[in-house]
Amino acid sequence: MNEIVPVVEMTDISIGFPGVKALDGVGFRLYQGEVHALMGENGAGKSTLIKALTGVYTIDSGTITVLGENKRFSAPAESQAAGISTVYQEVNLCPNLTVEENILLGREPRRRGSIDWKGVRSRAREVLAELHLEHVDPGSLLSSHSIAVQQLIAIARSVEVSAKVLILDEPTSSLDAGEVAQLFGVIRQLRDSGVAILFVSHFLEQVYEISDRMTVLRNGKLVGEYLTRDLSRMSLISKMIGKELEALAELDEAPARTRTRSEEGSTPFLETEGIGRKGSVANVDLSIHPGEVLGLAGLLGAGRTEIARLLFGADKADAGLIRIKGNERKIRSPRAAIDRRIAFCSEDRKKEGLIGDLSVRDNLVLAMQASKGWARRIPRRTQDELVAEYIEALDIRPANPDALIKNLSGGNQQKVLLARWLVTHPELLILDEPTRGIDIGAKTQIQKLVNRLAAEGMSVLFISSELEEVLRVSDRIAVIKDREKVAEINNDGVCAEDVMAVIAGGTQ
Amino acid sequence: MSPNSTLAPFAIRKGSAPRRQLRGNARYAPTFATLGLFLAMFAVGAGMYPSFLSGQVFLNLFIDNTFLIVLAVGMTFVILTGGIDLSVGAVVALSMMVAATLLQQGWNPAAVIVLVLLIGSTLGLAMGLIIHHFEIQPFIVTLAGMFLARGLCYVISLDSIPVTEGFFTGMAQAQIPLPGDLFVSPGVILALAIVAAAFFVLHHTRFGRTVYAIGGNENSAMLMGLPVRTTKVLVYALSGFCSAVAGILFSFYSLSGYSLAAQGMELDAIAAVVIGGTLLTGGTGYVLGSVVGVLVLGIVQTFIAYDGTLSSWWTKIVIGALLLAFILLQRLFTRKTT
Amino acid sequence: MTSLLKHRLAWPVIALAALLLLNQLFRPDFLALRMQDGHLYGSLIDIMRNGAPTILIALGMTLVIATRGIDLSVGAVVAIAGAASCAYIAASPEPGSPATALTAVLIAVVAGLAVGAWNGFLVATIGVQPIIATLVLMTAGRGIAQLITGGQIISVTNDGYKAIGAGYLFTLPVSILITAAVFVLAAGLTRRTALGTLIEAVGINPVASRLAGLRSRNIVWIVYVFSAVCAAFAGLMISSNVTAADANNAGLYIEMDAILAVVIGGTSLAGGRYTLTGTVVGAFIIQTLTTTVYTLGIPPEVTLVFKALVVITVCLLQAPKARKLFARVKAPARPAATEPAKEEVAL
Repeated sequence: MNEIVPVVEMTDISIGFPGVKALDGVGFRLYQGEVHALMGENGAGKSTLIKALTGVYTIDSGTITVLGENKRFSAPAESQAAGISTVYQEVNLCPNLTVEENILLGREPRRRGSIDWKGVRSRAREVLAELHLEHVDPGSLLSSHSIAVQQLIAIARSVEVSAKVLILDEPTSSLDAGEVAQLFGVIRQLRDSGVAILFVSHFLEQVYEISDRMTVLRNGKLVGEYLTRDLSRMSLISKMIGKELEALAELDEAPARTRTRSEEGSTPFLETEGIGRKGSVANVDLSIHPGEVLGLAGLLGAGRTEIARLLFGADKADAGLIRIKGNERKIRSPRAAIDRRIAFCSEDRKKEGLIGDLSVRDNLVLAMQASKGWARRIPRRTQDELVAEYIEALDIRPANPDALIKNLSGGNQQKVLLARWLVTHPELLILDEPTRGIDIGAKTQIQKLVNRLAAEGMSVLFISSELEEVLRVSDRIAVIKDREKVAEINNDGVCAEDVMAVIAGGTQ
Repeated sequence: MSPNSTLAPFAIRKGSAPRRQLRGNARYAPTFATLGLFLAMFAVGAGMYPSFLSGQVFLNLFIDNTFLIVLAVGMTFVILTGGIDLSVGAVVALSMMVAATLLQQGWNPAAVIVLVLLIGSTLGLAMGLIIHHFEIQPFIVTLAGMFLARGLCYVISLDSIPVTEGFFTGMAQAQIPLPGDLFVSPGVILALAIVAAAFFVLHHTRFGRTVYAIGGNENSAMLMGLPVRTTKVLVYALSGFCSAVAGILFSFYSLSGYSLAAQGMELDAIAAVVIGGTLLTGGTGYVLGSVVGVLVLGIVQTFIAYDGTLSSWWTKIVIGALLLAFILLQRLFTRKTT
Repeated sequence: MTSLLKHRLAWPVIALAALLLLNQLFRPDFLALRMQDGHLYGSLIDIMRNGAPTILIALGMTLVIATRGIDLSVGAVVAIAGAASCAYIAASPEPGSPATALTAVLIAVVAGLAVGAWNGFLVATIGVQPIIATLVLMTAGRGIAQLITGGQIISVTNDGYKAIGAGYLFTLPVSILITAAVFVLAAGLTRRTALGTLIEAVGINPVASRLAGLRSRNIVWIVYVFSAVCAAFAGLMISSNVTAADANNAGLYIEMDAILAVVIGGTSLAGGRYTLTGTVVGAFIIQTLTTTVYTLGIPPEVTLVFKALVVITVCLLQAPKARKLFARVKAPARPAATEPAKEEVAL
């Protein structure tokens, strides 16, 4: 294999952003006719590497060769001219144009300077047929198709240029099993025709199903290059996380939850009956008692966040009803939810949580101030007391109330956002991925905090992609799959495999 | 179910994709609404004033609005990319001032026209470059462009300068006869030629399709390797060029240059484009729709002229109201799909 | 905190000082103030008095811009306010009485409230982009003003009314006092209450603000109403100064001056953090620039060209791209402040 010249060879690539080294001397080789998986946790540098290869980012140092030729890309067009096509997770096509145009945009056949629309139609039909997409009308608007079909159309676009390299960045994250199978069929077909495919996915099983080799990154550095069949799942995970297996096991010990089992028959703080929203989630029944932690388990994109948003009024439910302390209530906006003493920490800290240019103090008292209205400003002294109290209690660093929140680390930002809600004394706290992307110390602190809050009588809805974490903090676990609740498990002695089995077990 | 596929994430049902665009035939709805409005207004006019229902009244809508048609063409390109150009009225005035001054000094009219077109295009190009390279919002850059062009008018002269040059006066009086005792001005032919060219460019060239792609999703267009930068810059140059042409046409029409001329014309142009069915967020719209939009504005003026009791300011109020109505209509059409 | 303030206002203040000095060099009595009949006179007073309407409107504009908005209708509001009050005075049975003047002021303010509520409704409730929403009244508003005046210039004779734009109180022009009062009110209202912080929160991150329970709709309404009322007062000043309402030309292009003042003062057009003091300094710079043009003997027609160049320069200096370039040239070691494209990196 090593005698053949790689289609793409990246050597000693470094890219830095203010304050961060996103890629540090990474090397990467991609050969003709292989499916190569790029593996690593969030923030390992996968998307940065892809963007370097596609010309979205310019590399600071290192070399990129395509088919033995030295290249330096500074725009996506240059990378594409070199035969590299990319299909992104959030389909990057134009929804206002037709399918055929999206396939051929910028490369339309022309006759005397004028686009040959008949030629466009027939070329589009050919390409669609190649991918067994005959049922897609080339003249229909892109936006009239499902995400899965849009994704395949994006691939059709790269097939059309007969790309030498096809990069698939999380292509399956919004596809169902059947659609994934169809996609994999297309990928194999392309691979066999000699295309080099770079595949990025969070889904281990998919990676093992489709890839021939893999490159593992961690913290912007190269861990190694492996043959997929030679690398076990467990050793892959330990290489991605950078800890030995024993250390992993140890980590799982973490704070033990003193369970305050809710009494049977007591009135739940919040109860839903068949709530749902068109195109989002359907028919969800949940109940959360005071002092109880309800975990939501399920895969990324299963509908966990969507449920949280319905409960908080961030999206309006169009079916079902919500009862709070036994009384039916309509929750039409976040404001209404907050007035019912519900708090929500979004999974997207930067977009949905932080007010980046404001200070820690302003961010921390924001929800409380919003509840009081603009006219009644929280007195400065009260603000100082609250801020000092929570900086101390949650160990927020730097302990400077006037620091701009955008300059804090992820873990500390998360703590400020938690404090924002804790000062309002909510009765139900919804935490969506509260520990994502933060360091292990802060993570443990947050888990302990959840524990303590529940012990004090608060209801908590805890959402996390890490099953172990959900198991560690929750009293009960609702399993979400396919945008519905499929099971509810009492957390007494169950392990991650049990929950996994429920998720794997198909819809009951 | 195989063990491999159990870890697959779950289907997003059809229809859950975020959509900010009009779907299917809804794309044409605003334009048809405008056409319907125009026909209705014409019918009402015919009912109220017998002389309204004549071919010449219809043709006069074109003759009196040649410059606005050309402006709307340029503005359509800009708005389709999701931008806006507030400088067009001032550039029209500047073009008229430059033309009138140079003609007064005895320049050759052909040279004058070429120079005016060059000035307009250069101004537009400069604005496009600033918008693109420094990532400043189009409205503030074109606002500055409006200042600059208007200021240059004042610098040239504060007074109205008459145009007495032969070619221009000839164009002002020329009538091209049509069958049935009807006629149009040469300006109308030019304006319609520009509309036809714009239609061709938008629908049958890669540049035109890139304009739509940018309005649909600029980031996608960039990632698809389309020449986003060049296109965005050229669109403003094109709008500047159209403004200069409109300035020349307005000179034919008014035979003078005046630094306060064409005040608020940028608003008329934007209104015509919006009323013609182009989404202000970009990506959807038709240049022919913009022409209908101009005709609607024209018929409002004709109404007010026919009525006699209504004063000219009603034009502004009605245009404002129409603009509002169509903006709300756009919201209605797009809200369901956002 | 102090270094931040310094950073924000340093350049506008230096620019203003430089302009004033330039004038002083050309006209040695430029900075001099003198007392005459109990009134203060001098070029500085003139600058403040002539700049008063722009400052007023720019104060309102600052808050609108801080919420990521823009208000293009202010010029039309100036015309409407002047037209409505003058039309009322001209038609009233006692056109000279103070009561009539007071009612006229009230009418103008109510007109401003109505326009502001309408703009706020379009932006906050219907969700129309601010440029477009206020464009509607920018177009129709002047028509409405002309409708009120019947297309004529309405002249009025009312001492009380005249005092707003041309009168003196405590040795100072009334218009300066009104403007100062509005500034104090706006600064006090936004900083003594939580309004200022909430406006900034909405401007910096509207999504997060909504999820924190902020009723951004109310906030947006308030700023548009405030902006329109400021414009109404400016309209009163302008029409009172010439004791006439000119629906065609009153407040023409004043929205541009106001936006310019806000931008020069250091508030970003992208919304978020704002500075009212900066805006006032910005407005003074524009007014002084106009005066300078006269002082230097440059034909006044050039002023607009000047302003255009200033807007472009200031915008370029504010643009992140240009700042990055600047930072590279000045201090290659320091990393660039922000680079939008790269902020998206998943870390």
